[in-house]
Amino acid sequence: MTSTFRTTVRTNLAKPEVRANFYRAMDGLMTRRLDQFPDKAELERLRTQSMAIRANALSKLPELLETLEANLTRNGIQVHWAETTDQANQIVLSILQKHNAKSIIKGKSMVSEEMGLNHFLEALGIEALESDLGEFIIQLDHEAPSHIIMPAIHKNRIQIAKLFHEKFPDIPYTEDVDELTQMARRILRDKFYATTVGLSGVNFMVAETGTLCLVENEGNGRMSTTAPSVHIAVTGIEKVVESLSDVPPLLSILTRSATGQPITTYFNMISGPRKPGEKDGPEEVHLVLLDNGRSNIYSDPELLATLRCIRCGACINHCPVYVRIGGHSYGTVYPGPIGSILEPQKAGLDVHGELAQASTLCGACSEVCPVRIPIPSILNRLRYDGVRRDTANTNTVGSGKRRTLSEAATWKTWAWAATHPTIYHAGSSLATHFKGMLPTNLGAWTTVRSAPKLAESTLHQQVKNLGVDHE
Amino acid sequence: MSNTARANILARLKETPPQPSHTSYSSPDKGRLGGVSYDWDTAERVRRFTERMVAVRAEVHHATAETWLDVVSQVCAAKGLNNLLVSPETVLGKQIHAQADRFPTLKTYDQPIESWKQEMFYGIDAAFTGTYGGIAETGTLIVMPSVDEPRLMSLVPPVHIALLEVNKLYTTFAEAVQAQGWVQMGMPTNALLISGPSKSADIEQTLAYGVHGPKELVVVLV
Ligand code: SF4
Repeated sequence: MTSTFRTTVRTNLAKPEVRANFYRAMDGLMTRRLDQFPDKAELERLRTQSMAIRANALSKLPELLETLEANLTRNGIQVHWAETTDQANQIVLSILQKHNAKSIIKGKSMVSEEMGLNHFLEALGIEALESDLGEFIIQLDHEAPSHIIMPAIHKNRIQIAKLFHEKFPDIPYTEDVDELTQMARRILRDKFYATTVGLSGVNFMVAETGTLCLVENEGNGRMSTTAPSVHIAVTGIEKVVESLSDVPPLLSILTRSATGQPITTYFNMISGPRKPGEKDGPEEVHLVLLDNGRSNIYSDPELLATLRCIRCGACINHCPVYVRIGGHSYGTVYPGPIGSILEPQKAGLDVHGELAQASTLCGACSEVCPVRIPIPSILNRLRYDGVRRDTANTNTVGSGKRRTLSEAATWKTWAWAATHPTIYHAGSSLATHFKGMLPTNLGAWTTVRSAPKLAESTLHQQVKNLGVDHE
Repeated sequence: MSNTARANILARLKETPPQPSHTSYSSPDKGRLGGVSYDWDTAERVRRFTERMVAVRAEVHHATAETWLDVVSQVCAAKGLNNLLVSPETVLGKQIHAQADRFPTLKTYDQPIESWKQEMFYGIDAAFTGTYGGIAETGTLIVMPSVDEPRLMSLVPPVHIALLEVNKLYTTFAEAVQAQGWVQMGMPTNALLISGPSKSADIEQTLAYGVHGPKELVVVLV
């Protein structure tokens, strides 16, 4: 059976323009990241330090969340908890209803993508408008982001120019990036002016001070959290760090790993709504803390490392599979290596387990990951969980669901043969003998490759011929 | 709903006692948390700061306590600004207001945003603010909006002119947090690091300036 994943991969591989857009972008991002770390030793030290900060935070996650909540509450920020994306959407909705809001303006937030918030609100007649330029572009085209940092990376300038012209026919056609950007500025500024509820994601939450931090370049994050009279932040429960001194190294390695910038234009630290006497800023700030499977990931000492992720996207930029198939092929909110370990754990191995298979295990992702997440080992673990029989011994959702009788039987036979020397020898010399009769059609493998050929003699014979007599 | 969710999530997290791999990196060396620390002298800090700021298309002007007003007024003239939003309450703002005739029409943010939002969004050309400090390594301004200089001043007008005193220019972000005692003083409702004018690379990785925030950032170093 051909899965949706395989079908989309096939379709996307056949789009040379999209492939070229990805190649160009990822190439540039890799070079720029490299330029930011001229000193290899410093990079490695920073990676260890960043890993330690995140691992430390996770080791105390429940306590830190309680401290964070206490400090945010003391600062006047209202904290909400959601176990599922449904609950998170309902919380956002209830805040909107309380303010009679018919629209919401959004800064960039991957967790809101995870919640499917835009569709949820639109179905209720509430407009959800993306204000990050990349998100704005793909929203015009009714698409999902194809990258967690650069949502519209799959499109080139001409495609965007045509899209703008189609959606805003009154504005003259232009392919000039500056002019396109200024068009978006004018359109969105009117929205920032008029909209009363803004929504954003969060990059780090500081337990010690009760602070929400946002990393961005455009000002969409600042605008969405400052101009409207209500600000709603949505984020996963894992984004907390213990102290303010944890933030500078994480910020530094995040921006350098992501886009090769020493720092982004804006780093926004929000520790409360407008105080009496202050003349602007939201009157209300809400934080929605989303679990959506994270606490389950937390319960496994090996898979827990997944939660260290600071969403820099470096693993994506360096992934040879991603660059070829593109972000949309994954069919998930998070694409690339991080998506391939996170999504199967959240949605279950039966739903997205195939993503863990779509990797060469080349290790490029773990080599660049600023918090040293061992992505290939986690991919392997998920592959194993997918087909294991002793599912009682693992919490991974959908464990054992990818086990097929034929595959299990093949491996069982192989294991049996390999542990019975006589049988194994008989089998291998038989295969060598009749190698001319072995099939040349090995399913998907041979559609683009020739079938492997067996050698003239088995390894055992060759070793024997060399005069080694103890096997 | 939210309370049950809270209890359930925390209960699930607490069910798992910290495993060895949770704790193996549990004591980050706080002394080194700031990453590298540099022993740059003032001249080197100024040089690095300026270099970084210029690299992201900010304008940097060097001035003294005696000349900064001239510099700001020249910048306003060169840009043909019709007006300038500036606080009449801050030490620096008072000095600008005292010589109002050298500047474009001075505007003040003396009421809540709700009562003059339209003018702020569509009628203000530029804003002048002080800063809380700067970071040499990354070319960054530390801005902590206040009652006198509210948050939107450094965000909405197309031009932001900021004054940075060189003695508040730190080498790194970590050093600034520590030296200025951010944790001890308590965080303001909003604190910002600003490193250049607003920009985006969302269209074909090509940099475009002035997306939602200021199109131009002018730093006057004193
Ligand atoms: S897994 Fe690592 S490299 Fe990938 S996004 Fe997360 S932090 Fe970045």
